[in-house]
Amino acid sequence: MSHAFYVTASYIAAFSVSIGLILWVWLDHRGRHRELERLEAAGVRRRSARTEDAR
Amino acid sequence: MSEPSLAIRKFSDLANPTRFLALVAIVWPWLAGLTLCLFAVGLYLAFTTVGDYQQGETVRIMYVHVPAAWLAMMCYTVMALSALGTLVWRHPLADVSAKAAAPIGACFTLVALITGSLWGKPMWGTWWVWDARLTSVFVLFLMYLGMIALNRAMDDPTRAAKVSAVLILVGFVNIPIIKFSVEWWNTLHQPASVIRLDGPTISAEFLRPLLVMAIAFTLLFFTLHILAMRNEILRRRIAVLRRHAARAAGREGDAA
Repeated sequence: MSHAFYVTASYIAAFSVSIGLILWVWLDHRGRHRELERLEAAGVRRRSARTEDAR
Repeated sequence: MSEPSLAIRKFSDLANPTRFLALVAIVWPWLAGLTLCLFAVGLYLAFTTVGDYQQGETVRIMYVHVPAAWLAMMCYTVMALSALGTLVWRHPLADVSAKAAAPIGACFTLVALITGSLWGKPMWGTWWVWDARLTSVFVLFLMYLGMIALNRAMDDPTRAAKVSAVLILVGFVNIPIIKFSVEWWNTLHQPASVIRLDGPTISAEFLRPLLVMAIAFTLLFFTLHILAMRNEILRRRIAVLRRHAARAAGREGDAA
């Protein structure tokens, strides 16, 4: 196999893993954000948020 | 009553997760932008510099392999400092930092192993040898996986934090072993050529793209790390809220 194959494969591997990491962090954030919104919509709020509402 | 200030004036102010989240919201777009710019410059340099007289085009693998290997070790060092933060200062974000860093460290170690193997085949004639450098980096990869598994296996985050902090610190012994393995033992892997007491021994032609890519990878790590920490803080908030909701529901059930 040519050197170009090994170079291309290395960059594809590094790129794929980095994109996978970025996607994981992004999807995780989207999921947690939605979960928090659902909880708040159901009336479950943090103590600090409840105190602010009471003011 | 006065509003609690979210301004960060000293390092210990970051102990407040809400303050930390406010800081992350401001910092991450800048960090991400800077990372992208550096990758653009780094990749341009990586593919426009000449090939090595011995390695030929495969020298370009070095521009992703070396930064990934550097990050594999730096990420573990960040985890070890966080473990100290958990055990010594009981910093509320230290455990969050260690837990968020483990999957990122595992990924960069995997990149270092794959790209090293892809360089080894054309240059050494083999994908893998069990020499001290390669084996110790493989052990580091297994340690990252162990940390991830441990954190997921324990329900109580406070207990998990202490146990994993102790394990991280014990495992830190592997970092100097990785760094100095090429000097202490006779390895197929070449000795250090960038971070040396007598200065780098590689040509500036290769050093320039290597340094730019190393800084780009480092910034990518810090961007992902603070964002993963933000996710972990949100995950813990959700767990607390669910517990409170369950307790409130239990009280209402008793009253009825």
